[in-house]
Amino acid sequence: MARIDLDLAHAYRPNPVKDDDYALLPLTMSFADGGAYALLGPSGCGKTTLLNIVSGLVKPSQGTVTFDGVDVTARTPQQRNIAQVFQFPVIYDTMTVAENLAFPLRNRGVPADRIAKRVGQIAEMLELSGQLNTRAAGLAADAKQKISLGRGLVREDVSAVLFDEPLTVIDPHLKWQLRRKLKQIHQELKLTLIYVTHDQVEALTFAEQVVVMTRGRAVQIGSASELFDRPQHTFVGHFIGSPGMNFLPANANGDAIEIAGRSMTLPTAAAGARALGDLTLGVRPEYVTLAPADAAGALPAVVTQAQDIGTYWLLTARVAGSDDSLVRVRLAPQHAVPQAGDAVWLQVMGAHTCFYKDQMLVAEAAP
Amino acid sequence: MKTVNQKAWLLILPVVICVAFSAILPLMTVVNYSVQDIISPERRVFVGIEWFKSVMRDDDLQGALLRQMGFSLSVLLVEIPLGIALALSMPAKGWHASAVLVLVAISLLIPWNVVGTIWQIYGRTDIGLFGAALARLGIDYSYTGNARDAWFTVLLMDVWHWTPLVALLCYAGLRAIPDAYYQAASIDGASKLAVFRFIQLPKLRGVLMIAVLLRFMDSFMIYTEPFVLTGGGPGNATTFLSQYLTQKAVGQFDLGPAAAFSLIYFLIILLLCFVLYNWMQRVGTTEKVPE
Repeated sequence: MARIDLDLAHAYRPNPVKDDDYALLPLTMSFADGGAYALLGPSGCGKTTLLNIVSGLVKPSQGTVTFDGVDVTARTPQQRNIAQVFQFPVIYDTMTVAENLAFPLRNRGVPADRIAKRVGQIAEMLELSGQLNTRAAGLAADAKQKISLGRGLVREDVSAVLFDEPLTVIDPHLKWQLRRKLKQIHQELKLTLIYVTHDQVEALTFAEQVVVMTRGRAVQIGSASELFDRPQHTFVGHFIGSPGMNFLPANANGDAIEIAGRSMTLPTAAAGARALGDLTLGVRPEYVTLAPADAAGALPAVVTQAQDIGTYWLLTARVAGSDDSLVRVRLAPQHAVPQAGDAVWLQVMGAHTCFYKDQMLVAEAAP
Repeated sequence: MKTVNQKAWLLILPVVICVAFSAILPLMTVVNYSVQDIISPERRVFVGIEWFKSVMRDDDLQGALLRQMGFSLSVLLVEIPLGIALALSMPAKGWHASAVLVLVAISLLIPWNVVGTIWQIYGRTDIGLFGAALARLGIDYSYTGNARDAWFTVLLMDVWHWTPLVALLCYAGLRAIPDAYYQAASIDGASKLAVFRFIQLPKLRGVLMIAVLLRFMDSFMIYTEPFVLTGGGPGNATTFLSQYLTQKAVGQFDLGPAAAFSLIYFLIILLLCFVLYNWMQRVGTTEKVPE
């Protein structure tokens, strides 16, 4: 187990010049010993590259990786004592399930009785006990992936266990079960776990700290509630949440802020946004409410769509006086729900409203 | 009630016709010869399975069959491991890879009888590089005079000619293994030997099966190269089955026995391929993979 510090950048091609040349833009990041982290982002954002750099499968083109203060940049995964589970199951075809699980231990010369004990525990944990003596090649994809997971977890002394979208091939109901299992294993063994995924639910339920990545950049590191309530970057607002945050163009001028042709007073806590001119207002659909006509901080809009999502209603409304600004609203079903075509007033200014300049968070509105 | 549509038969008719002309009719001609004594083109007598009986008792033929078995076995034992080793040491990417691929494939492009001629010259102790080098080293080597040397030279020639085929097949098989396997092995702390034993060899099973079958069938039917190199000699040390058969059928015009033996020959190949195939199918699923 170890604390992992990264201070690096990576480009797959030599002599990177522009940002696009980098798979990972320069970043500094720490993973605390025993923490559960998720790297979350869309495909191609560099999260797998980052993971492979931590494990040592990829050497960063510049910068260092340190474990507990020791520079391990030049070391192999084996020397770093890392365990990694890949997106698709990797099993040793000619071995039985038990031999597969024992393989990482056997390679390190662990005594046979300890191997047997540990393999038994892991198999028990992953519910593979009944298949220990079956040949791994004949099993279904999810069983094979459980074996891969098991090989990742079988060593007790690893620096960290890395998961690269490990549940892609698993059935949804098993996914949930395995995720809980991983969480449980984390609590029992206190291993440092880093989990790569593009599924926000997976990331937010699994990890204590989520690193949100886009285009080679780590845009925010935080807990689920931080990511939800105070996205540091418009990408985080947009990517986390279902649906994502609403964004409206705005213009701040002194204490006044103009949104879709209506002037409002800028909240005092958002003083940082005062002189910034053009900026973007962000508010989550959960925090937009229906307001009486002409209420302070409300905008007139016309409902274009009202969908029943079971536990709530999702309204899509076009802000009056603008051609393309749509606002999504999550309404509890007990409300009288406006229908498509209705004119409504939407409260966008509130405790959870955020302001962005050049996509970065500037200030939060006070209550 | 479901009606059976017999029209489907029409669709396979072209294939049936092609196969009939390319395989079934020629084979039937051989079957026809094998049960008759052809005394002259006009006179022929039906003799039943007489030829089969006499052929099976033929000492020369038994000798040729034994030599053939020994030769094919040696070919497999040398070429398969050597081919795997070659494939493992070939570069995976870059211009080196293309260059090596071309170099390795060269011997495969040379016609059989040219291969025989090349080795005939190569092995000569007066002007041949190989033969002269051995002679210089004080080794008494003569592929025309010494049965062991002749046998060794024929084997060496086949290894030179055909190991690249095994190597290319294995190379393709190795390139098809996803990187994740090597990454996982490196994470699991596997040694190079373990990577070979538990990843590469099992993943090569499919191509190895093809390589073994191809090399077995080809070496079992070898004709041109030893014919050009040694002419089957000295004595009949390098007279393999197909050469013996040709001597019988063309040289002595013993069509009946030759046809009978052709059929036996065919069945031997079929049987051995069947056995090899099934064995290889099974062997990977229990423990180890054949070499």
